Amino acid sequence: MSAAADIPQRSPMPGLGRARGAVNALLGIGLLLVLWWIGGEMIARNDDLFAFASFAPAPTLSRLAELVASGAVIDMSLPSLYRVGMGLALAAAIGVPVGIAIGRIAILREITNVPFQFLRMISPLSWMPIAVMAYDTWDGAIIFLIFVAAVWPILFATAAGLRRIDPAWLKVARNLGANPFHMLFVVILPAISVDILTGIRLALGVAWVVLVPAEYLGVTSGLGYAINDARDTLDYASLGATVVIIGVIGFFLDFTLMMAIKKFNWVRSDA
Amino acid sequence: MKVEPINRTDTGPGNAPAPSARSNGAHVAVRGLTHTYRRSDGPVLSDISFSVEPGEIVALLGRSGCGKSTLLHMVSGLSMPSSGEVLMNGNSVRAPSPRWVMMFQAPSLYPWMSVAQNAALGLRFTQRRYEIATRVPEVLDLVDLGGFADRNAQELSGGQQQRVALARSLAPKPEVLLLDEPFSALDAFTRRNLQQDVRKIARGLGLTLMIVTHDVGEAVRMADRVLVLDANPGRIASDIPISLSDADRNGGNDAFQREHTRLMQTYSDIAQVPGTQA
Ligand SMILES: Nc1ncnc2c1ncn2[C@@H]1O[C@H](COP(=O)(O)OP(=O)(O)OP(=O)(O)O)[C@@H](O)[C@H]1O
Ligand SMILES: [Mg+2]
Repeated sequence: MSAAADIPQRSPMPGLGRARGAVNALLGIGLLLVLWWIGGEMIARNDDLFAFASFAPAPTLSRLAELVASGAVIDMSLPSLYRVGMGLALAAAIGVPVGIAIGRIAILREITNVPFQFLRMISPLSWMPIAVMAYDTWDGAIIFLIFVAAVWPILFATAAGLRRIDPAWLKVARNLGANPFHMLFVVILPAISVDILTGIRLALGVAWVVLVPAEYLGVTSGLGYAINDARDTLDYASLGATVVIIGVIGFFLDFTLMMAIKKFNWVRSDA
Repeated sequence: MKVEPINRTDTGPGNAPAPSARSNGAHVAVRGLTHTYRRSDGPVLSDISFSVEPGEIVALLGRSGCGKSTLLHMVSGLSMPSSGEVLMNGNSVRAPSPRWVMMFQAPSLYPWMSVAQNAALGLRFTQRRYEIATRVPEVLDLVDLGGFADRNAQELSGGQQQRVALARSLAPKPEVLLLDEPFSALDAFTRRNLQQDVRKIARGLGLTLMIVTHDVGEAVRMADRVLVLDANPGRIASDIPISLSDADRNGGNDAFQREHTRLMQTYSDIAQVPGTQA
């Protein structure tokens, strides 16, 4: 038996697997571009729609290049990233502790279950008029809407993670002299870190979707505003470019969280 | 299996409890312990009293459901009895403590930690981090896992994981070790090894050891004395010393067979006649 055989491997030839993954990913991107191009061609040939022809890949991508070169892409993304970041941070700051509380305390879980499930099903955007009235600044209102969208996935994922904790882990900790601080930071949080990150990943997906319509209202910055503005000025190349920017940023934020989940995941897949 | 316990006391002759003057173990006394989970079910344990000498190894033998785990949880302070009390060196037990550590059927290691981190938990929780660097390698050597410090807990076999749990229990230098069927999920061969090693280690350290089991062989191999529990409600039906030298405890000899047969006889008499039935 060679030494290499002792090292656990996920696939017999990991190098090949990775190369194949990359090729397939490029294939997928290529396919999307082709569909987009076909769509653009169809719009251009349609008598009713040809005004929207700059939505096609060529004008959109050249406008995107301009936006990137001039740094405008950063100016339009930063306010949006700030709002999503704040909304998510607030959602985690509230969702994680409340999730832990309802995961640990049965009576709290029973009392909150119906109200939480009820509130969760209300589209975050329904709160828009209330948010606009309640907050002096547009930023405040948008952050509130993102918070409302993001808090549920985080809260429920945390509570579910907590209920999967092996009770013996807590018993061992108590027996070995753990205080409540140790319980939380040495046992509970590491045990459910992946559940929390998975909740944040879901929350990010919802928050990023809610962001754009929330930014249609009032504000004069951000990606949603850029979309609205491009529509009003009939600048469809910018509209297309903004859509691409929204997609790319969302993809990379999600990817980052996916990598974090991978890093924190202590469950060995082959165990 | 080469386990070389750190001999802080003489191991002494096989059947004699280590004398208290030389033992690191605590004296355990259970006084009139009764416990009821649900009033409709009646008491699970009824008026249980016994003591364990420092450094003595006592097995609690009883059928499934007779309340062995309940009793051990109460000795450890992880739960409180309805009435009666547990005394450690004369002091009433009111809370769990790393001075009397319980081990369960499952190793219950933290899978996100390395072997060494798991073994260090007791020292970390009790503000003795400065001892970790010397103590953790020491206990890992003791359980024969010296080379495994940096491995992830999940990469180990069931028997190795139970050894890590033993190292974790031993690291804070407890006075009493409470084992709740810790080997029952292991194959026979691994189980034998661990039974021998745990007895040897407890002897070497002079620990007081209580082990819950429903396996007569395990009781004979490990214990100086066996308390046989009756069920419904659980109470101590018999208190049997096991007179075997350490060499004879490995089985396959007449002395072992004699003790085994004698204990089996008592156990089956008690187990087949539950207390409440006519
Ligand atoms: N938390 C609990 N609530 C109610 N009843 C319980 C609880 N824990 C144990 N019991 C009951 O108490 C009795 C004794 O349980 P215990 O776990 O102490 O038995 P045991 O001797 O350890 O059994 P085993 O050998 O199967 O582990 C059982 O009838 C069980 O159903
Ligand atoms: Mg039990």
